[in-house]
Formats: sequence, C-alpha cells, structure tokens
Amino acid sequence: MALANRSAAPLEPWKDPAAQPFLRIEGITKTFGKLYACDDISLDVYRGEFFALLGGSGSGKSTLLRILAGLETPDRGRVLIDGVDVTALPPYQRPVNMMFQSYALFPHMSVAQNIAFGLKQDGMGAGEIKDRVQQMLELVQMPQLGARKPAQLSGGQRQRVALARALAKQPKLLLLDEPLGALDKRLRERTQFELVNIQERVGTTFVMVTHDQEEAMTMSSRIAVMDAGRIVQVSTPAALYEYPSTRFVAEFIGGINLFEGRVLSSDAATRTARIACDAVDGGALLARHADPLPEGTAVSVAVRPEKIDVHESRPQADNVAVGKVRDIAYLGDVSVYHVETESGAVIRVQETHVERSSEPHYDWGETLWLSWPASGAVVLAT
Amino acid sequence: MSSVPNGGWSQLWAEVVRNLFGWFRAVGTEFRTRRGRFVVTMLPMLWLLLFFAVPFLIVLKISFAEAVFGQSPPYTPLIEHAADGATSLRLHAGSYALLLQDPLYVAAYLKSLLFAGVSTLCCLLLGYPIAYGIARARPTWRMLLLVLVILPFWTSSLLRTYAMIGMLKANGVLTGALAAIGLIEPGTAILHTDLAVYIGIVYNYLPFMILPLTATLMRLDFGLLEAAADLGAKPWQAFLRVTLPLSMPGIIAGALLVFIPAVGEFVIPDILGGPDALTIGRVLWTEFFTNRDWPLAAAVAVAMLLLLVIPTLLFEYVENRRERREAQA
Amino acid sequence: MSRRNWGLWAAMAAGYALLYVPIVSMIVYSFSASRMATVWAGFSTRWYISLFSNEQIMQALARSLTIAAVAASCATVLGTACGLALSRFGRFPGRGLLSLMNSAPMVMPDVMLGLSSLLLFVTLQQALGWPERGMSTIMIAHITLTTCYVTVVVRSRMAALDDSLEEAAMDLGARPWRVFWLITLPLIAPALLAGWLLAFTLSLDDLVIASFTSGPGASTLPMLIYSKVKLGVTPEINALATLIVTVVAIGVVVAGVVMHRREAA
Repeated sequence: MALANRSAAPLEPWKDPAAQPFLRIEGITKTFGKLYACDDISLDVYRGEFFALLGGSGSGKSTLLRILAGLETPDRGRVLIDGVDVTALPPYQRPVNMMFQSYALFPHMSVAQNIAFGLKQDGMGAGEIKDRVQQMLELVQMPQLGARKPAQLSGGQRQRVALARALAKQPKLLLLDEPLGALDKRLRERTQFELVNIQERVGTTFVMVTHDQEEAMTMSSRIAVMDAGRIVQVSTPAALYEYPSTRFVAEFIGGINLFEGRVLSSDAATRTARIACDAVDGGALLARHADPLPEGTAVSVAVRPEKIDVHESRPQADNVAVGKVRDIAYLGDVSVYHVETESGAVIRVQETHVERSSEPHYDWGETLWLSWPASGAVVLAT
Repeated sequence: MSSVPNGGWSQLWAEVVRNLFGWFRAVGTEFRTRRGRFVVTMLPMLWLLLFFAVPFLIVLKISFAEAVFGQSPPYTPLIEHAADGATSLRLHAGSYALLLQDPLYVAAYLKSLLFAGVSTLCCLLLGYPIAYGIARARPTWRMLLLVLVILPFWTSSLLRTYAMIGMLKANGVLTGALAAIGLIEPGTAILHTDLAVYIGIVYNYLPFMILPLTATLMRLDFGLLEAAADLGAKPWQAFLRVTLPLSMPGIIAGALLVFIPAVGEFVIPDILGGPDALTIGRVLWTEFFTNRDWPLAAAVAVAMLLLLVIPTLLFEYVENRRERREAQA
Repeated sequence: MSRRNWGLWAAMAAGYALLYVPIVSMIVYSFSASRMATVWAGFSTRWYISLFSNEQIMQALARSLTIAAVAASCATVLGTACGLALSRFGRFPGRGLLSLMNSAPMVMPDVMLGLSSLLLFVTLQQALGWPERGMSTIMIAHITLTTCYVTVVVRSRMAALDDSLEEAAMDLGARPWRVFWLITLPLIAPALLAGWLLAFTLSLDDLVIASFTSGPGASTLPMLIYSKVKLGVTPEINALATLIVTVVAIGVVVAGVVMHRREAA
C-alpha cells in the first residue's frame, strides 16, 4: 500500500464506533431485465478515504459507481452523502463528480474550457474560473497546456485533464472508473502514487472502481471485493490479503494454495485445528483459526506461497510436504515453482533471488521439501 | 405478454385493456418525471401521427365511399345523416369489387412486381461490384468513389429520367451506339418499351443499393478472407462462403430499399414506358387525376399498402437487428 | 487496391459509366444549337438565355426553392428530435411506433404518400376550413416525407458519438437542455447540415407528392418540367439540368474540400 503519511486524518475511522460514515449505501438493488447487476448492496465509506470497489467484469462494480454518480437509478435502496439522501437527485444536482474510463473530454473544447465547464454551469465569475483552472492545471502538473485540444494530448495527459476537470468543482465525493486502465505499466505505477498524493492534498473522498487487484491494493485505504452483484468482503488491503473471508476473495487477490479437507480435531485453547489432508506429512494440516470449528466440518485451508519455506531436506515444522518440481516461472525478482506431491496436489511456492544467477535455483523434477507454520494458513468455510 | 390464455376471449380482452391502462400510466409517468424528453419525443410523434398515420386511416375510409362526380370532394361521406335524424354508416365496397373483377388491376400489380423485382436483381448485380470495390479501396479513394455514387442522387431524378429519353429514343445516344455496332436496327427506339422502364429504374435506384451494401462491406473484416485463403479456399469459394453470407444484411437492406418504392413507381414507367407498361402507380395516378375516381384510387392505395406491409415490416425488423448487433460490437 | 483485379475494375467502370453517361450527354447537348436535343449543330448558349427569360420556369424555380428551404429546415428540427429520442432515450412508451413511422416513409412509394396527404388536407379543409391547397400543403407533405431521412442521418451520427460525453457534462452540473446545446449539438452539427441538404434535395426533386398536394397556381419546378416533357423535349430543360448538376457538383466539391481541411487540422 502506498502508505502516504496520514498523520493528519484519523487512521482508521471504520474502527471508531462513534464515527459517522460520509457515504452510506443502503440496500441498493439494480436489475437489467432478469439480471441482478447489484443485489442488496450496503456499504459505509468514511470521509477522506480512498475506497476501492474491486471485482471482475459482471461483478456490478461499475453499475454501483454509476448509481453513486446518478447516471443510473436503483430499483431499491438509498444513497446518502454527508447525511443527505441523494438517491432521487439527477447527476447535475449531486455534489459528486466522476472521472470516466474513456476520460470523456469534450473534443471541441480546449483543456482549459474542459476544466472550466463545470464551473461555468455553477455560474462562477470569469476571473474566479480562470484562477481555479490554473490551480487545477498546476495540481496535475500541466500548467502550460491549457490552450491545447484533447486530440493533441497523449493518453497520460488526457487522464490528468479528466482528473483536473472532475476535481475543479471541489466535489464532496470523487468517483473514478478504472482510472489507470488505459495507461501502460510504467506510467500506471507512477500515476498510482501521484493519485494518492493528490487525494491527500485535496482531502476529497475517492471511490474507485477497478478489476486490477494490484491497483486496489496499492492505492486504497479499504477495498470492497464484489462478485455477481454482491459485496463479498470489505477490509483494508492487508486484512484482505492475510485474512480473506471466503475462497473467492482468497483466490481473487494474489496467488494462493488451497487445501480441502474435514476437521479432525480442534483445540479451543491454542485455537489450532487439525484438518485431514493427504498432501502433507502425517495426513493432517495444522492451522490457526478464529471461530470455533466443530469436528467433521468441511473447510478449505488457504496458504499464501510466500509463507512457505523451501528446503532441500526434511525440516521440522507444523506442516511439511514433499514433492517434485513440475513447472517453473522466472519473473526476474522471484521464481515461482509448482511442486507436485505424491498425492497429486500442486503447491505453489516462490523464492526471491537474493543472489545473481542466470538460472532459477531449483530444476525440473527436483525433489523439494516445503514447510509452513500453523499461523501461516487461514481456514475458510467451503 | 402470453399467447391466448385458456380463459378464452374475455380474458384476452381483459389483458388488452389492462395493458392499455398500463401504457397510459407509463405515458403519464413519463410526462411527469421527464418533461423535457417528453416534449422532444412528442413533437415529431404528433407531427408524424397527424400527417403520416392518420392519412392512411382517411384513405381507408374513402376507399369505402362511392364516387360522385362534379362535387367537391368527389365522394360520398362515410356517416350519413338522414332527414329523420338517423345516422348510418355507408360502406360501399364497389371499388374493391372492381379491383378484383377487372383483370386490369391484377395485371398492373403483377407488372409492378415484375418491374421492381427484376430491377432489384439488376441493381444488385451491378451495385455489388461497385460497393465491394469502394469498400476495399484505400480511404482517400473511397471517399471520392462514394461521392461519385452519391452525386447523381443529388441531381434531380426527374431530370435524370428525362436524360434517359435522350439516350433511349430512336437515334439517341445509346440506341445510336448500339445501331453502330450492329446490335439493333438503326432507327429503333428502346424508348417506350418495357426495357426502357427497367433501365430507368435501375439507373435511378442504383445508389440506394450501393450505399447500404458499402456500409455493410466496410464493416467486413477482410482478414477473414485471408484466413480462408490460408485454409485453402479459392477466391470464388471464399466469396461464396464468407463474403456473401456476411454481407447479407446489406443486401437485404439495399434490396428492400429498391424494391418497395419501385413497386409504386409512377414517373419512370410514365415517361419511359409504353402504354402497356401499366404499373400500379400509373393506375393510381390515372384513376385519381384522369378519371377523378377518388374512392377507386384510395382502394388501389389500400391494396398496394397491404401488398407492401410485409416487406416494410421486414425492412424495419432487419434494420433493428442490424442496429442491435452493432450496439453490441 | 493491392491486387489488379480486372474483373472488379471493369464492373465498377461499367457501373459508373451507367450513372454518368446520360448526365454527360445531357450537358453536352445543352450547348447544341439545334432544337433537336440529340443532334449536334454547333456550339450555342441560346438555350441558357431562353431559360432565364422564361418567366414560368423562373417562378416555378423560386417556388420550389422556397418550399425546399422551409421544408428542409422544419424537417431538420423534427428529424433531430426523432434521432435524439431514438438513439438516447432508451425505451419509452411509443418508441416502437415512432421507429416504425420513421422507417415507413423511406420505403413507401411516392404515390401513396401523395394520395394520403392530399386526402388528409381535403378532409381537414372540409372540417376546419384549413388548409388551402397550395405551397403550404406541399411544404407540410414534404416535411413529413423528408423528416425520416434526417432522422437516419442524425441517428447514425449519434450512434458514433460517445455517450459518456453527455454523461460527463451532466455529471459536471449541466442540465439536459444545456448538455444538448453545449455538447451534443456542436458535435453533430455536420450531420445536421448533411440532413438539411438531403431534405432540401428530396423536396426540390419531388414530382409526385407535389402534384397531389399542390393547388391552383402553385406549380413547382418538377411539375413544370414533367408537363413540358410530356409535350415534347425542350432544350431549355437540358440547360436547366446542366445548371443544376453544376451547382450540385460545385457544392459537393466545396463540402469535400472543407471537410478534408477540417480533418487535416
């Protein structure tokens, strides 16, 4: 996470029971014919957050964003911004502005005129408009390009103009629809940090929609993972990664290993359970769990690849597995190995290249020993 | 809406009424919530309803009237008010009877269909290569070629048909050239024959075939042809099995755009055709202007409308399908 | 084209020849001194002079131009409204009807539209005492005919227009009318012009509908040409046709150059 210095604002308002949510979404449902684009969605976003709606295509995230903007009306439910019910308000009456995925810059107007458009609709004076436009151009670091037309700008420049235009009216809520989708990788990384810095400076609440989990993890204070019109989990990026609540979330974010089995026994004192699994030594996984687990429950155990240690001989640990290297992916900074155990399970592990070498550390067919502690796994309901 | 329910006709009527109420309620809601849009849609809607849809009802009404010569308007009213205050509906189906009995009218219909059908086919055969060539041309050439197709369309079609007279009369430009080659006797005229009508219709309607075809062909991914060639298809096979089926929407649109108006053509058969080139359009004109038999002309129009309803709905359906497909792409 | 496809070239050349030979021959013979329209008897411009001094033709021309200008302008307004409604308003009650009423005039034979329009006017006149058949009735009928063509042009332009532009404008605080005026209209302006020209041409060229719906003393140019043609070929018509073709050709060339200039900028 681009941990910008958030000393100004309280770090985690969602943990404070007295804090009032700035944006409240209550029971929003939207159907297109028989399809439920949004199915009874409720969400609280706090002032000053950089909030991400993360999901694949068809998850309903874009529809929800458009409902917040006022471009779609929900079939049921309410949207409250700063305590005011805006559900029935058309987009031109809401204190919300949106940065569109295609940027939607008006081609027949210059950059300055684009940025000034919203201000003109509010009836701002000409002198004031000029000052504000200049201010915005400086915010996005494009002070000289006011007279250009959008067709004369590069993709990255157009994106900044779109952002400047959306922020010009100093909205209470800024919506971003896949803001980095059209940029190439290097530009994307740089822009991620810039966006977070701008949000810090301006202090506006941002709600972003993205399908790229890296983007969401890097930029946001909290993420809502969506699937098939519903919200699956809302947490900070770290909590989402280390404590996914369902299989879907675990698989959606980052690489994951999943073992399925039934609970053999569970120790309430140490909060450790033994789960039947023939991929590991001793036939049982040892995993920490939060909620009580009755015996016989079918569960999935999720282990992140980087939590697994690789050894060349049998180690001593809570969970030990052995297998042969089946696939190798060389990524420059790390190598990812797929290790196949005798039981047929394929475990994904990775090793950082701490030494310079032209080849990955281990070879195909090599036998490797894998281990991880009980605290390295998360138990999920199937 | 379901098909006719088990409860029979009374239940069907209840459905219809319920749907109608729902429709009116929807209109009311529309008016209240989106007033601006309502005005925008009502403006053309009302105009077209009044000046396009309603006239057809009037044509229907008058087709059931009896011709009365000498008075204005020259037909009997639909609702009669007798001296004793009783009103009655006067429906006179004589015009329709005449249409069916007199072989002249049926022959005229068939002739119109023949003219329109053959001309549509010729337009397709002539227009397809042009459309194909335009679609495959380089962008700079393409604009020029398209403009050259549209340019005659911007000039008066009446004048172009008139120009055809000069081409097709005895010792005209075309006839003279054909005579010089020896294809026909010098001094014969193509003018005032059926052939002249065919040539005239094709000449006038060719742009209407070329434009939709070009639009469809331009959307064709010519990479498909390359893929076909890569898989071993000869050029004519690739054409028959890839290009032709994919250009079908354009062919249908162009064919309907030529066929339907051509059926009712009046000017071309009148100017270029002989007395035996009697099309239904000429019949309507003659009945109206020469014979002053308005009810009969109206009946001819109603019959023509019935003839063309199916192709018109087909055209609407094809256009909607094309639009929906393009919206998804 | 990359391949020298002789068959295609030949077919295209034949097609273009068919389109242009009659027009070219008409232009050529307009300069012929002979009264026989297809006999060349030396270069002469007498038919042009005779054309301009022909009161009847000039009046009919003026009348046709007026009708066409008014009808085209009204049709553009109605057609834009239709095009906007059908492409941007989603499903609304009556959409199917509007769409059908927009497709039908395009494919319907002129004689039907003419007859039905006239019968409407007659009925209205009986009931309300208005309208008198003349230029106004021709205008109304022409507006009804040409609106659907404008709708087609506007709709296709609107389909190509990114609707997120209009959404962005609304999001920035512009009410729907201002969105149309400030964003949509400037961007579809070329299409509106094309639609106007299309409607103008169709109106100017129409013979059948004008014949049905006009009144005494309100002859349009096509009606006049038609009656003259029935009587016999007059070379003034050649001259008139040449003039029309030239004006149109110049207009199209100018439009092409302007558009090319715009795109290059």
